[in-house]
Amino acid sequence: MQRETLQHLAEERRRYLAGFDHHLLVCAGLGCPGNEEIVAELNRIVKERDLADRVLVRRTGCMGLCALGPLVRAEPDTIVYQGVRSEDADEIITALGREPVARLLLPPDLPFFTRQSKRVLALCGRIDPDNFDDYLAAGGYTAVITALTAMRPAGVTRLIEGSGLRGRGGAGYPTGLKWATVAKAAGERKYLICNADEGDPGAFMDRAILEGTPHAVLEGMIIAAYAVGASSGYIYVRAEYPLAVQRLKRALREAERHNLLGHAICGAGFDLKLEIRLGAGAFVCGEETALIASVEGGRGLPRPRPPYPAERGLHGCPTLINNVETYANIPLIVTRGADWFAGAGTERSRGTKVFALSGKVRYTGLIEVDMGTTLGEIINDIGGGTPDGLALKAVQTGGPSGGCIPADLLDTPVTYEDLGAVGSIMGSGGMIVIDETTCMVDMVRYFMQFCMEESCGKCVPCRVGTVQIHRLLGKFCEHRATPADLETLETLCNLVRETSLCGLGQSAPNPVRSALRFFRQEFLDRMVQPADTPEHNS
Amino acid sequence: MPSTRTDNRSDDHQWTAVDRTMQRHDYRPEALIETLHTAQERYGFLESNTLRRIADRLGVAPSKVLGVATFYNHFRMQPAGEHTLAVCTGTACHVKGNDRILAWVKEHYALAPGETTPDKRLSLVEVRCVGACALAPVIITDGEIIGKKSFAESTTAIREWLDDAA
Repeated sequence: MQRETLQHLAEERRRYLAGFDHHLLVCAGLGCPGNEEIVAELNRIVKERDLADRVLVRRTGCMGLCALGPLVRAEPDTIVYQGVRSEDADEIITALGREPVARLLLPPDLPFFTRQSKRVLALCGRIDPDNFDDYLAAGGYTAVITALTAMRPAGVTRLIEGSGLRGRGGAGYPTGLKWATVAKAAGERKYLICNADEGDPGAFMDRAILEGTPHAVLEGMIIAAYAVGASSGYIYVRAEYPLAVQRLKRALREAERHNLLGHAICGAGFDLKLEIRLGAGAFVCGEETALIASVEGGRGLPRPRPPYPAERGLHGCPTLINNVETYANIPLIVTRGADWFAGAGTERSRGTKVFALSGKVRYTGLIEVDMGTTLGEIINDIGGGTPDGLALKAVQTGGPSGGCIPADLLDTPVTYEDLGAVGSIMGSGGMIVIDETTCMVDMVRYFMQFCMEESCGKCVPCRVGTVQIHRLLGKFCEHRATPADLETLETLCNLVRETSLCGLGQSAPNPVRSALRFFRQEFLDRMVQPADTPEHNS
Repeated sequence: MPSTRTDNRSDDHQWTAVDRTMQRHDYRPEALIETLHTAQERYGFLESNTLRRIADRLGVAPSKVLGVATFYNHFRMQPAGEHTLAVCTGTACHVKGNDRILAWVKEHYALAPGETTPDKRLSLVEVRCVGACALAPVIITDGEIIGKKSFAESTTAIREWLDDAA
């Protein structure tokens, strides 16, 4: 019954969209400021020229190339315009079906677009995130119908296990295994949580996915809840992302209205209630036990694991926690199968990964590549290299929990294992390019200041250790460090890493350790030179 | 006095919204953070009196309410100025020189992050990454994102914004 209703809506929307000769898609993501004025102006001219039944102006999520935004895409001609301003609207509309506006035209063969492999982001920038029917017309929610009407929960879990999907939040834990643990855990009541507390500075993948295709995340969550037997869930999203929250709220209402949430979803004996919980600016809440404490209304303090949330999580009940991008992968796997999913990537890191490319690189923006693509291909081919010809020094991945990978290791493939082997982590997907003008000691001090300020204060190694490491790094920055300081720094890094309670503290020394490994000379150059100290001169 | 009456009415109106949030969660203690969000939205900041009323209504110890309100960066205990300048301190913005812009603002307006000018005109806040890294360096003037600008362009933009906003 519901299947027919949704199919009908999808077909109607497809017919409606096909009725227009031209579609103008305007990127309405956070990365394209001024898009509202462009949409308004395009619509005004369309109306003025009596083109309303031939030209449809649509707002979409992020198209990726934020560096050259605001972007406007003309379909079906597959033309992309860059740096569009509302004054350009007239010319863009006049050019429809004729020669494109040359001065705004983005080369169609730009490697930024051709070298990507868009799966999770396939609909991002193509559909209106606020339009439920748009998502349906693009094949949305068919995975929910398939899973709920043609598969048993255990079958869904086996499918995800077989796909080899690993958590996209950073740690890379096998998603199917986590689902199986929650499914098997004893307990009447189970919860599911979407971790959308994208706290790593330099990461905006989850923001873009939530802003661009909020329904894909909901669809993944519904399927996950069905598989593990959860009847209520939360999306824990940063308050710093108001646009994502707004679009998510609307998507939730639409899904409820169409009985994709609520009671007896798709006629199956399965109920699910999803709610949004706003974060309030605490990096530690990205850690799952701290996140749970925050959802429960308290301070975001982590607790020791085990027991893992899969066994004892929210309100002491088994709880499944996955990241935004992980959930967004689920509908694709259900629809296309585990083999299709494993067709991209490497043996142990399957599928694609979304990265937020920023820093000293020409084409900053949001990208998605097959796992196993090298850092060099991402930065030099897709990203177009450094913008002003300065030498590339390093690339930082994993934010304050990751490391800096030097330029001579750019042939490292992005997989969980390879990034780990060079002392960094996959992390959630922030990738910041650093050129020769950035001092690595300053850079790691920046990260340590971040961890110091964000330490929740519960355990001593993290609370005190981060302050002491930050202080020591300050001595290096001011050329006051001694060989003993260097030794203390290394000892402290190991201590904090090994004895902190949660991931924040355990990984806080990573940037320092990585810099000491690859850029040790910069530390040595910033120590007190024997000639500087009077006692050595005498 | 008429003005006081208006204030009370408006206060009642704001409190109704705060109470509605708690009601939606059946006044369960776990509604605390959601309630603080609504209260800050309505009143602009969290006054100790507001915190006490929330503690009362949710049956949570006032010390816990204060603990939660001060744990999270998003909540403010002081009213904001007429205008708010936020400087993003994310990694990409750091690499692209936002520390220089921040230093300039601190000196030019004699403000530290979290402070408001004595004439209540401008508040300065540091924000953790707002996720607009591709536009780095990013500053936010009363909610509007300004990015992809040099140091000189950014400081000019701040000056013009404050003059325009006068």
